[in-house]
Amino acid sequence: MVDLLNFREGETIGETPVSIEEFLGASNATAVRIAPGEDARALLPHLDRIALVEVAFPAFGDGRGYSSARILREAGYRGELRASGDVLVDQLFAMRRCGFDSFAPDKALDPAAVEATLSRYADVYQKSVDGRRPIWAKRHEVN
Amino acid sequence: MYLYDSYDQAMVDARVEEFRDQARRRLAGELTEDQFKPLRLMNGLYLQLHAYMLRVAVPYGTLSSRKMRMLAHIARKYDRGYGHFTTRQNIQYNWIKLEDAPDILADLATVEMHAIQTSGNCIRNISSDQYAGVAADEITDPRPWAELLRQWSSFHPEFTYLPRKFKICVIASANDRAAMRLHDIGLELVERDGRIGARVFAGGGMGRTPMVAPEIRDFVEEDELVSYLEACLRVYNRYGRRDNKFKARIKILVHELGVEEYRRQVEEEFAHMRQLGIQPPTEELDRIRAYFAPPVYETGLPEEVDRSDPDFALWLDRNVLPHKQPGYAIVNISLKPVGGIPGDASADQIDLMADLAERHSLDQLRVTHAQNIVLPYVKKADLYTIWQQLDAAGLGTANLDRISDMIACPGLDYCSLANARSIPVAQKIARRFAGNGKEEAIGELKLKISGCINACGHHHAGHIGILGVDRKGTENYQLLLGGSGAEDCSLGAITGPGFTEDGVVDAIERATDLYLAQRQEGERFLDTYRRLGMAPFKEAIYG
Repeated sequence: MVDLLNFREGETIGETPVSIEEFLGASNATAVRIAPGEDARALLPHLDRIALVEVAFPAFGDGRGYSSARILREAGYRGELRASGDVLVDQLFAMRRCGFDSFAPDKALDPAAVEATLSRYADVYQKSVDGRRPIWAKRHEVN
Repeated sequence: MYLYDSYDQAMVDARVEEFRDQARRRLAGELTEDQFKPLRLMNGLYLQLHAYMLRVAVPYGTLSSRKMRMLAHIARKYDRGYGHFTTRQNIQYNWIKLEDAPDILADLATVEMHAIQTSGNCIRNISSDQYAGVAADEITDPRPWAELLRQWSSFHPEFTYLPRKFKICVIASANDRAAMRLHDIGLELVERDGRIGARVFAGGGMGRTPMVAPEIRDFVEEDELVSYLEACLRVYNRYGRRDNKFKARIKILVHELGVEEYRRQVEEEFAHMRQLGIQPPTEELDRIRAYFAPPVYETGLPEEVDRSDPDFALWLDRNVLPHKQPGYAIVNISLKPVGGIPGDASADQIDLMADLAERHSLDQLRVTHAQNIVLPYVKKADLYTIWQQLDAAGLGTANLDRISDMIACPGLDYCSLANARSIPVAQKIARRFAGNGKEEAIGELKLKISGCINACGHHHAGHIGILGVDRKGTENYQLLLGGSGAEDCSLGAITGPGFTEDGVVDAIERATDLYLAQRQEGERFLDTYRRLGMAPFKEAIYG
């Protein structure tokens, strides 16, 4: 297990996440894991008791987790949102934009490459859930 | 046409540096080919049979002379002196070295061009009507919408690892010149109560399971289109199949869910999306629209054209179309010389087309999905001099929408996916029909050739389509009849057993002979086929 990459203020959650099924059962868990085919919206009624959602990326090319993350943030989830598995450095930029704030990659990422990829684009074209003002908003700013 | 502001330029420049870094890491062995593949694909770089292929985006097919000259420069400096214009209105180069790719992207960025998302499982280049802005039948110029969507789809954080590639087309005319309904999403701009919005079709496509996109919404307001498309894409990203790449396109999802259910899910997501403030304000579309304002046309120009040169008169009749402005014409430059490679142009030819556009077409060119080039703003008085220069450069072929103006994929000569060669078949067909009066007698006939089931050559949408397959180790060609990518969109049907390379040319001749014998006044090949049905054609071909 490599170190977690943390972009949160404060510590990451240590609790081992349980499956959605277990979580929705009688569990007292506050950490839950979403597999690619699972519906993130099943968690929406319970967001106030969740501290960590881990979104699994068994293969980097399966992009369902990006939608899962954005759906949770759009619904106001403020806890830790972790991408775990086959997470590559060149994906961090988009993942951060979709609301992920911690990463548990299978293979350790080079800190310099992480820094470079996250600082590369000064601006963004879309509004997402990361609070960045899109280019279209900046273009029509009233000074 | 659209010009980058500092934001657009910074995005493209950042991408060049990002790719330079990724290529360096690959060359240094820090990235495996598996890890590098999705990264290079998102920059349009494919590994082909003999070399890397680089696909450069030509957003909605619109080019300035300066951009066109850059395409010639790249052909000359980094390739073997030519480029290949594609059915997605892009250009690709077949002999690229990985080490050169970052420099090519840097060169492109100096003229506001890029290769962003020209491959990979993401939203691809937005395609449009090649006559946008000059067609008399359009209700508005669709390109501002296409540019808005280009920016929205570039580096989209949620839709970069879709189940499969995703193609969007925007047109603004009831006459479809862009095969709109064979896209993953097709948008037809329409007017309702004095407002312009989009009629939305979803789930079209070719490939091994061709589908004509059904309508999923009859009108989306201008100021909600981005929100609506995000909803369409989110439903696809979440529920599109990922277990089988051949069933991963949105057409399969729409087909398996049913149009009603897909529509319902999109509407539900849209109700959510429209609350999020993700839609650019109308001022942004207005800002883009200003770049596409109609030019200041000259008035009082002569309408008469001297037709005394018969070769010129033929070209005029075939390749020159009416313009919405009096005194002007739309010129189609055919990249389908008899015996040539459909869509190919040499660096010198590309430069010449750029020069002609600069002198005679308000500095603009278009790429068509049929792999030709358009000069959209030509004064009728300039037509003869343009034709003379084109003709001298091997670009004067008078065959627009005729049998030799065919779409063909690169086929087994270049492509690692192909089962059969496309180019030699295309060349044999052109030689059989052109120059002996047959092509003229047949009139409009859209022939399309794919070298494999992936259908890059649009064979499903050809009035006559050819599909190359591998049959026990030999190249074999299936024949299809009755397809169309236009407003009368339909998918071709296979005639029966396949043919050898020469056999398929013979079969086409028998089919067209039947058409010539049976056609009624004003009927195209397609119309006669639709009236008579497959049976008599089958009999003529195999009988």
